[in-house]
Amino acid sequence: MKKVFQKPASLTGKPWHYCPGCGHGIIHRLVAECMDELGIREKTIGVCPVGCAVLAYDYFNCDMLEAAHGRAPAVATGLKRVLKDRVIFTYQGDGDLASIGMAEIVHAASRGERISVFFVNNTVYGMTGGQMAPTTLLGQVTTTSPYGRDKDREGYPIRMAEMLAPFEGAAYVSRVAINSPANVVRAKRAIKRAFEVQLKGIGFSLVEILSTCPINWGLGAVEAMKWLEENMIPYYPLGDFKVKEG
Amino acid sequence: MAKVLMKGNEALGEGAVIAGCRYFFGYPITPQSEVAEYLAKRLPQVGGVFLQAESELAAINMVYGGAAAGARVMTGSSGPGISLKQEGISFIAEAELPCVIANISRGGPGLGGIQSAQSDYFQACKGGGHGDYRLIVLAPSSVQEMMDFALLAFDLADRHRTPVMIMSEGMLGQMMEPVEIRDPVTEQYAKPWATTGCAGRSPNIVNTLHLPPDELEMRNLHLQKKYASIQAQEKRWESFMTEDAELVVVAFGLLSRVVKRAVSELRNKGIKAGLVRPITLWPFPDDAIGQCLDTAKMFMTVEINMGQMIEDVRLAVNGRAPVEFYGRIGVIPSPREVETAIMNVAVKGGLA
Repeated sequence: MKKVFQKPASLTGKPWHYCPGCGHGIIHRLVAECMDELGIREKTIGVCPVGCAVLAYDYFNCDMLEAAHGRAPAVATGLKRVLKDRVIFTYQGDGDLASIGMAEIVHAASRGERISVFFVNNTVYGMTGGQMAPTTLLGQVTTTSPYGRDKDREGYPIRMAEMLAPFEGAAYVSRVAINSPANVVRAKRAIKRAFEVQLKGIGFSLVEILSTCPINWGLGAVEAMKWLEENMIPYYPLGDFKVKEG
Repeated sequence: MAKVLMKGNEALGEGAVIAGCRYFFGYPITPQSEVAEYLAKRLPQVGGVFLQAESELAAINMVYGGAAAGARVMTGSSGPGISLKQEGISFIAEAELPCVIANISRGGPGLGGIQSAQSDYFQACKGGGHGDYRLIVLAPSSVQEMMDFALLAFDLADRHRTPVMIMSEGMLGQMMEPVEIRDPVTEQYAKPWATTGCAGRSPNIVNTLHLPPDELEMRNLHLQKKYASIQAQEKRWESFMTEDAELVVVAFGLLSRVVKRAVSELRNKGIKAGLVRPITLWPFPDDAIGQCLDTAKMFMTVEINMGQMIEDVRLAVNGRAPVEFYGRIGVIPSPREVETAIMNVAVKGGLA
């Protein structure tokens, strides 16, 4: 019998701790499939965030580090400056990357640091119980915006991909989503391209991946995918924001 | 070998290069900036990387990444900048990553000033960041030691898999003295734990998260065992005229040279004074204090702070003799001033 589907070698196979309907499982798998296809597992070093993906070192079957909250791009910089021929990626959530780690991600992009950043935007702090993130949408209710995010009180959601793309050092910046099979395929293509950009040494690469947090959104898994499509994509449009040829 | 006239901060930078350090991640702050400036010029000449980070937080986390990659890595700063690095230092200590952190100290609290101080003793020796961890802390007293302790610091860091801090007064970083340039260090430590890519082995993980309570406790017990072993092996100090000393003065860093001069002057005046100069501030050389107790009737510390190391001296003396204090902030007192301060204590204790 022909085997048409199997666990990527770049995943350990340990069962996820993620909640039902959470997007991290899909995104982990896409990153791992890309590592397999590019044959880079043994030369890749990943950096985990603080957030739901803090335990990603249990799932990726390659060398991994766990960084302090928001500092993954700085840790990745240290790794890459020492190990120039290795592939370094960070995997970060919206609180980690767009709030407490804003300085680190901006400067990594501006330096054109040869790292790949996989930025999972699900509009909330998941692990701490669904607090407001910099990417929480206007009107969205969270535990720390119980009356809905108000532009006059909390300001506007931050569009990270649009913000980072103009940096000269940014070689590839794209936004994808995992709400449909077609979008999952596109997401994988973007993740692979981010790795390829790094392998070619062109510059900094970042893929913002719109994802779901059904538990903290108070929705079922299917409803959450629909909510992403109807609410997130209009504010966070999909597509490539920067493609610099090497 | 002929000696070279060098600034303390440059000697520290060159010492790091001689020790095989090829990566420096830092952020400008007075009076430390010459370390960064020296290495910005020097490291590219030896195939290394100097990177000016966007913040002290980023710098220490770049050190985390570089050290995890198995390289000899360094950062430097001063008071307020060292405060910002504390989160990263706690992570590095827990992850057992060897690295060297220089604190070319200035006075605090707050923005404080840029003059010499030893006000960061508590921060360096008693934690600073969160959790039960220790740093090895070295206190050089000369420009030569700025170089030599860089070599020592990298060796201690690799040997014990721990961050090592070199803490000097700002003035020692700024002043010039003749230095004998040491031979390059070629000894390398095996680092099978480093995250370099898992070719030919199972993946390595550098992590400081331990959610199961028993796992976290095990980690802490492991670290404490290591710290006990460092305490047993690495206490360093210099004793001067303590064999028959009735009044033992304890002072570290550049200031210890001023105190040594004052002790010599007091000896000429018939006062049986002596000096213990801790070289490792942690582990604190309490044995050196204990050795003085046969003859010592009194102790005192002279510090450029409001009284920090005195707590460790009191712990070492453990109630067996009085411990007095003389301190300034932002200035290195003159030998005459220190002599007077010691004499006052001697008179108070009936030793003069």
